[in-house]
Amino acid sequence: MATTTPNVGRGDRSVLERSPSARRADPLFRWTLMTLAALILALIAFFFVYLINKAEPALSHQGVFSFLFTNDWNPSKAIYGAWPLVVGTLITAAIALVIGVPVAVATALFITELAPRRVRQPLIILVELLAAVPSVVYGLWGIFVLIPKLRPAEQWFADTFSFLPFVGGHVAGPNYFIAGLILAIMILPIVSAISREVISTVPLDLKEASLALGATRWEMIRMAVLPYSRSGITGAAMLGLGRAIGETIAVTLVIGNSPTIGRQIFDQGYTLAAVIANEFGEAANDKTHAGALFAAGLVLFVLTLLINGLARALVRRAASKGTKIKAIPGGAA
Amino acid sequence: MSAVASTPGGGSALAPITGRRKVTDVVMRGLLAAGTLIALIPLVLVIYYLLHKGLGAWSWDFFTTDPTGNFLGDQGGIKSALLGTIEMVLLASVIAIPIGWGVALYLVEFGRTGRFAATVRYFIDVMTGVPSIVFGLFIYVTLVVGGWGGSSFAGWKGSIALALLMLPVVTRSAEVVLLLVPDPLREAALALGTPRWRVTMKVVLPTALPGLITGSLLAVARAAGETAPLLFTATIVNGTNFNLGERMNSLPVQIYTDVGSPNDQLVQRAWGAALTLVVLILLTTLIARLASRRSRL
Repeated sequence: MATTTPNVGRGDRSVLERSPSARRADPLFRWTLMTLAALILALIAFFFVYLINKAEPALSHQGVFSFLFTNDWNPSKAIYGAWPLVVGTLITAAIALVIGVPVAVATALFITELAPRRVRQPLIILVELLAAVPSVVYGLWGIFVLIPKLRPAEQWFADTFSFLPFVGGHVAGPNYFIAGLILAIMILPIVSAISREVISTVPLDLKEASLALGATRWEMIRMAVLPYSRSGITGAAMLGLGRAIGETIAVTLVIGNSPTIGRQIFDQGYTLAAVIANEFGEAANDKTHAGALFAAGLVLFVLTLLINGLARALVRRAASKGTKIKAIPGGAA
Repeated sequence: MSAVASTPGGGSALAPITGRRKVTDVVMRGLLAAGTLIALIPLVLVIYYLLHKGLGAWSWDFFTTDPTGNFLGDQGGIKSALLGTIEMVLLASVIAIPIGWGVALYLVEFGRTGRFAATVRYFIDVMTGVPSIVFGLFIYVTLVVGGWGGSSFAGWKGSIALALLMLPVVTRSAEVVLLLVPDPLREAALALGTPRWRVTMKVVLPTALPGLITGSLLAVARAAGETAPLLFTATIVNGTNFNLGERMNSLPVQIYTDVGSPNDQLVQRAWGAALTLVVLILLTTLIARLASRRSRL
């Protein structure tokens, strides 16, 4: 009896005679689908080359190194040093991670290990609702609620803890901290969802064994669950980082858009993504200025590509240790 | 006797759970629960303020008039933005969903192994992380600057930017669902002599359909809330426009523009539009969940 397995594809004889048209149709079908897949690779490559090409006027005007590390962004004088933007992007992303990741991991641990079975699904849905709120709505809420309401608390903090580095002075309305806080809220659902996936792959044996040895719930989490899922959680945090770096609209609305490096976390700042959103209109007729924005886009593109590539690898490896993982949820920032 | 017991009287390998260990356990459990509560605070606050400030803006006129009045259009409602969002997201779905499903079919039916498929899979994963503003920038430089198809800014260009960011989400979710279709189903159909393409179209796709729809609707919901890619591609215009070849309003861009101006009426409209947008997205998500409930997989 001829065996027909799904992965043979070509050349398999089946029990019944095949019509000639079917024989012609199958390779065609396969090639059509493959072309679609190849199209995506071509698109990403095209993307990359095109952005480099368009960024070239600014990069040759300024030099790649000088573009990245010059501390002066001044389109009216045709000086495009993206350093304040790079710093702003990194500071806000760092604040987002420091606030968002512990909360996200705590949420994931609570939902998978501690919460009563009945409330798990509702909690998961509630946390995912955070991802359903669009970026611009977070921005709106940030401007009209968060900034005015938090300002007194921030000023108090700045006055009281002025001995700490990067804290003190006068609190600006829009600032790095508010932007980081909003980013923390925005990355929370994805970091939590992926952490949950990773944590759920920890073998039951391992957890039961630690409990049987007399460990408390927390000791089980600390000694069995966390070590096992560490690399996966790291990957989840990095995916959050990738998203925080690329997030545009909410940050643009609450960071103040000031192209100088703030000295404390309650100062105004700017990010790479925000500068693109703000200046593309006026830059359209100036090749160098537009090029500088494309270069900023290129930096974002490369940065998120690297971070996401690495993060996915970590999550995948963590997941393949356990049972099969579902798709990594998520989407473009 | 317990096999692991070595502590006399304890019956366990570890010291009895008392004192410090017990306190640590309770404290840490409390912290994890507190973390979960903290995560939900912003959700409650955002929903509260959306309802509190948004509902006040809602009225019949709000949904049936276009922005008019002063130079920024501080009178009128969100009709054009609402319609524009729906139109552009529909077109984006028509582009992204067939391609996404096609690529997912390739990955599952023909590309479970092999380097090419692995490369495609990897880049689709990576593409989900590309910031949406970069997609917007890309469409801006390729289609808008070139002034393709008459108007430089156009609704269809916005749709393509949205489609680009929907594509990886659609593909990944479709791949997961297609993998759930049991192999014996495929084998049975193939063993009856059915050609491969028919097996895929008549057996695999229908079986996976509810799941495919769920994943795609979640991508639609995500696209509906995107501002950055539309900012440079469809921008904003005065008046309702059904022509995807011209500039087109959308809810996110309308909100963004209104927020940027220090005018109470515009801010009020922004809150109303934000509430509308969130309701729209939640409805789509809800439909997606209902679709997945009907899934046989």
